[in-house]
Amino acid sequence: MVHNDIHATPAAGHRLIVGRDGLDALIAALRGEGYAVIGPRVRDGAIAYEPVDSTADLPIGVIDEQNGGHYRLNTGPEETLFGYTVGPHSWKRALYPPRQSLWTAARDAEKGFTIEKPDGTPPRQAFLGVRPCELRALGIHDRVFGVQPHDAGHGAQQFTDQGYAARRAEAFVVAVNCGRAGGTCFCTSMGGGPQAEGGYDLAVTEINRNGWHDFLVEAGSEHGRAILDTLPGRRAEVYDVQAAQAVTDAARGQMGRAMVPDVADLLAKNLEHPRWAEVAKRCLSCANCTMVCPTCFCSTMEDVTDLTGERTERVRRWDSCFTLDFSYIHGGSIRQSTASRYRQWITHKLSTWHEQFGTSGCVGCGRCITWCPVGIDITEEARAIHDSTRGTAGGTPEGTNEGRA
Amino acid sequence: MAASRKPKLAVWKFSSCDGCQLSLLDCEDELLEVAGAVEIAYFLEATRVEIKGPYDVSLVEGSITTPHDAARIRKIRDQSKMLVTIGACATAGGIQALKNFRDVDGFIKAVYAHPAYIDTLATSTAIQDHVAVDFELRGCPVNKHQLLEVLNATLNRRKPVIPAHSQCVECKMAGTVCVTVAHGTPCLGPVTQAGCGNLCPGFARGCYGCFGPKENPNTASLAKHMAELGVSSRDIAQAFRSFNANAEAFRKEGDAHDDR
Ligand code: SF4
Ligand code: SF4
Ligand code: SF4
Ligand code: SF4
Repeated sequence: MVHNDIHATPAAGHRLIVGRDGLDALIAALRGEGYAVIGPRVRDGAIAYEPVDSTADLPIGVIDEQNGGHYRLNTGPEETLFGYTVGPHSWKRALYPPRQSLWTAARDAEKGFTIEKPDGTPPRQAFLGVRPCELRALGIHDRVFGVQPHDAGHGAQQFTDQGYAARRAEAFVVAVNCGRAGGTCFCTSMGGGPQAEGGYDLAVTEINRNGWHDFLVEAGSEHGRAILDTLPGRRAEVYDVQAAQAVTDAARGQMGRAMVPDVADLLAKNLEHPRWAEVAKRCLSCANCTMVCPTCFCSTMEDVTDLTGERTERVRRWDSCFTLDFSYIHGGSIRQSTASRYRQWITHKLSTWHEQFGTSGCVGCGRCITWCPVGIDITEEARAIHDSTRGTAGGTPEGTNEGRA
Repeated sequence: MAASRKPKLAVWKFSSCDGCQLSLLDCEDELLEVAGAVEIAYFLEATRVEIKGPYDVSLVEGSITTPHDAARIRKIRDQSKMLVTIGACATAGGIQALKNFRDVDGFIKAVYAHPAYIDTLATSTAIQDHVAVDFELRGCPVNKHQLLEVLNATLNRRKPVIPAHSQCVECKMAGTVCVTVAHGTPCLGPVTQAGCGNLCPGFARGCYGCFGPKENPNTASLAKHMAELGVSSRDIAQAFRSFNANAEAFRKEGDAHDDR
């Protein structure tokens, strides 16, 4: 394990043990600084990310049950605030909204036409409950949208998405480490893990020990530290940090799924494979997997006019490689078949993303598995191809799903 | 628009409930704008004025169910530069296409005291099955925003922004929790074209398929999943046989589960 050394975590020494009142003080402090605090809430039988006013709004005593095409909320340990894993929403909604007006234009007798940009003031948003896989997804979007440069050798970063960059710069991130992995989680086999490795302002670990229920809060930025200093609590001792470590270690051992090793190379070598036609029999090309994925970023432009043709607006909205229009070029759509769309999706996520952005496009959050109406499983599809290339008899490959929930 | 003459708009009705035409009247505020942009030449639901063709744009509601309908739609096509069909009746035959799957003479004898007066075709079919159509606007009923968009695009000579993707995309953009995954409720959304504005899933109900099959619909996979959720074969057949029963993909899936 890479992160067992407690002194390697960022901002060592700036850790506090707080009770639930400490988290309420945190929410109040953020609201006091003008942030809209968005956090986990139970809505319509799932954990949604929505505005929260206090810890009373959080999913108290709620855990989730997840599997392919299956999600249910259940009763968990009493008092637990962060017992669930990830739900259908991701922070993509807040940083990269489903619909964005880019500009409007109006006919103008003198100049021909004038273009107006919408009010560019970014919302001041604080995200409460960002899971470690979601932090990594934010990091991936930072590269995709040009806030962070790509790795050397992966193409020079030339463009920055101004809207994303502005919203991202305003965002305050409160990470929450995982004490439980869900049935479709596989972050560890994607190079991550249930413990945040940076990229947050504050990180929270919920600890239940001997009847005590409290939270270790660590600062990861100057701003986080300034807020941490105002919270009611006590300085964390080494045994507190060890208790927090035990929490994430437990989650690390519970991953519901696992990705086969060397998947980028595996898929690149199997662009022609009978599995594509097989998965196409089940796949609905409904696009749910891409919509829920915290790293999928594709969009399309919609141009609309008013009835008189005097004003026009350009809107950018989420799109997906599972739609027909997505691959429309002069003369028609090049990905007519579901097989070609599924292959585009999984090879982009797991293989070509490396060439494009220098990382995988998947953080192992499991959303695409859970929220696929027919439960198509990215790890199973990769495994099927993996197994076909080396024969299933004999040794079990590393990262097997066998024996897991 | 610099045009000296306002485009002439006609709204025609065939076998239907009038709901789609009413969607146009339901546009209220925008309706005044529409009325200002076009010359309403024929729209019996709204005005008794009848101006002779040819027409720049014809909106056609309803399906073809009688020999008279079949002849009339050809005349309308001849008189119209652009012909846009609106609603599930016009684009797929509507709920009345359920008769396509049964013995129509039997129905007529059972329902009417004097069957001899009834002159009907054995089928209810889409306008597209009889004449060329420039654009099909789906829905039972059509969505008024989409209807305005089609009119708007037609008058401005651009492509209407009417995505062909699944209802699921609308759920996800709206942040709606999936009723199938989170509640186990059967839902036709994955095989249905979006357009209603996320009505049923937005109220925690499964999609009824009012906007007909999406492009490339995998109805067989969805039907298999519905069976796994406990839906009987008969109910699967009925789910596909509603407002868009005669749309090809839904008709085939309905037939595949018809144990009659
Ligand atoms: S591909 Fe699936 S598991 Fe990977 S990040 Fe996206 S939603 Fe999560
Ligand atoms: S997987 Fe598809 S939707 Fe997601 S980023 Fe890649 S091309 Fe876009
Ligand atoms: S993999 Fe699942 S969620 Fe993705 S398009 Fe296919 S059926 Fe829909
Ligand atoms: S509720 Fe229905 S339409 Fe919405 S995402 Fe789920 S399956 Fe698709």
